[in-house]
Amino acid sequence: MLNKLLGFIVKRELLKFLIFAAILLLIPFFFEGGYLLNILLFVGIHTMLAIGLNLLLGFAGQISLGHAAFFGLGAYLSGILTATYSINPWLAMFMAAVVVGIMAFVIGFPILKLKGHYLAMATLGLGIIIYIAFNEAVDLTGGPSGLSGIPNLSLGHFIFDSDLKNYYLIWTFTLVTMLLSINLAHSRIGRALRAIHDSEVAARVMGVNARLLKVQIFSLSAVISAIAGSLYAHTMTFISPASFGFNFSVELLTMVVIGGLGSIYGSFLGAALLTLLPEMLRAFQDYDIVIYGLLLILMTMFMPGGLVRCFSAFVVAAISPKKPEGGKGSA
Amino acid sequence: MLRISGITQKFGGLVALNDVSLTFRRQDITGVIGPNGAGKTTLFNIVTGIYRQNLGTVHLDDKDISGFPPEKLAILGMVRTFQNVELFGQMTVLENVMVGLHTRSHSGILACAFKLPGHLKEERVVRERAMQWLDFVGIADLAQVEAANLPFGKGRLLEIARAMALEPRIILMDEPAAGLNSRETAELALFIRKVRESGITVALVEHDMELVMDVCDYIHVLNLGHKLAEGTPREIQENTEVISAYLGEG
Repeated sequence: MLNKLLGFIVKRELLKFLIFAAILLLIPFFFEGGYLLNILLFVGIHTMLAIGLNLLLGFAGQISLGHAAFFGLGAYLSGILTATYSINPWLAMFMAAVVVGIMAFVIGFPILKLKGHYLAMATLGLGIIIYIAFNEAVDLTGGPSGLSGIPNLSLGHFIFDSDLKNYYLIWTFTLVTMLLSINLAHSRIGRALRAIHDSEVAARVMGVNARLLKVQIFSLSAVISAIAGSLYAHTMTFISPASFGFNFSVELLTMVVIGGLGSIYGSFLGAALLTLLPEMLRAFQDYDIVIYGLLLILMTMFMPGGLVRCFSAFVVAAISPKKPEGGKGSA
Repeated sequence: MLRISGITQKFGGLVALNDVSLTFRRQDITGVIGPNGAGKTTLFNIVTGIYRQNLGTVHLDDKDISGFPPEKLAILGMVRTFQNVELFGQMTVLENVMVGLHTRSHSGILACAFKLPGHLKEERVVRERAMQWLDFVGIADLAQVEAANLPFGKGRLLEIARAMALEPRIILMDEPAAGLNSRETAELALFIRKVRESGITVALVEHDMELVMDVCDYIHVLNLGHKLAEGTPREIQENTEVISAYLGEG
């Protein structure tokens, strides 16, 4: 019976994912407009980033206020290697991911010894240092005026040079990231991460090498961000430091919290919301960080489980009205 | 089995433990008792790698394990429970026990992410074994409940099931009866005996004298960071030093 139940859960998880993937891959057939496609492209990149951060924050419970830096490093490494040194974009992307992964691994060891506010401060500092480097290393990065002439990705003679092509390119990467993250979440590693989140000392007593695992997941999270950065660079063909600053780190954090900590689909929802919202609220452009802050406060106060969990709890409550409200209050 | 020699631990100017030596014999239930502030929990924290001692050594089967971190001790077969019950609150009861099987499975991050066949098989085995341990403590019906929602007594049982899932050689329990009512304590005594019967050495820090005298084969008494006495429950009950320490005439 247990195996059957397990099989059912696995199948349902897969079915959910396939439906989700199908909808996203079909969207371009229903919406002709280039504008929407362009935004959805960003939703894809942001989803990837939010999932990366969610693995760290939602599962392992370790905060990072500097994730925009890894996104930026991926973008700049890819950009510099291709635009300046004419390396094949795919190879550049791979190299960027490896370099950022190793970097995060090395930085992770000392930094993840810190907890809570101290970790937030350290990652904040890391993000700011890298942001300054983007601005100041003018010879390499082009400084504040940015780096241009980054080639598109291509497969043989097929060049990803339109929004539609890039839409499929980016969403392929995003969906693969989602699927792998869902798998990870339902495995011993996912459980060990959540255990660290709830009680690090108990997790260690159970034989979880918390220190190493936190560093590994930090590194994985950075690699995902770097790949998203590479995709961004090759899609935009132009990058500048402004996209990788502190504000964007906070935006990513907001996406993860709004969607729901530890919820992979939540990351998509958060990313979609925070990508579409600014488009609708153009008038507030300069105050976006204020709105994000407000959203963060309101979410943690009233919906600590995030949108997805809140919504599913609501649906469950609606379907079975006689059952008293489940005690989901522990967050 | 477990030998502690010459442990001294100072927190600033306070001497929590002063040259304490004691042994836990294989497949015995050994109790460590003493009035509040005697240093019992500190001792456990040192043995299980949560604190690092200032002086002294800990040996597990003649292997020097002084200063080993908890995750390494887990692999060597040492596990503990906590005074305040350290559960993974946002995970289900079943998942809690599955974490206890962490060292019994080996799939890495990539194997898990790509769902390699070995990982799937392992996952199935882990789930089945976790259910068996829930059965062992009799809370299998609560498998899908979020651990934070368990009543305290059941939480204690879950903690024991989770520790047992590790298939340890020695289990250290820090005040397992704290917060339990008398019926739950009696149930607990039953489980402690059951644990020992399955071949596991038990070390027990406990305030509940009735429980200690009931289940323990041997008892060490600590007072103000020193070892005051040791012996069988009967010997301890008749020891005048112990009695006066508890009545506060020291």
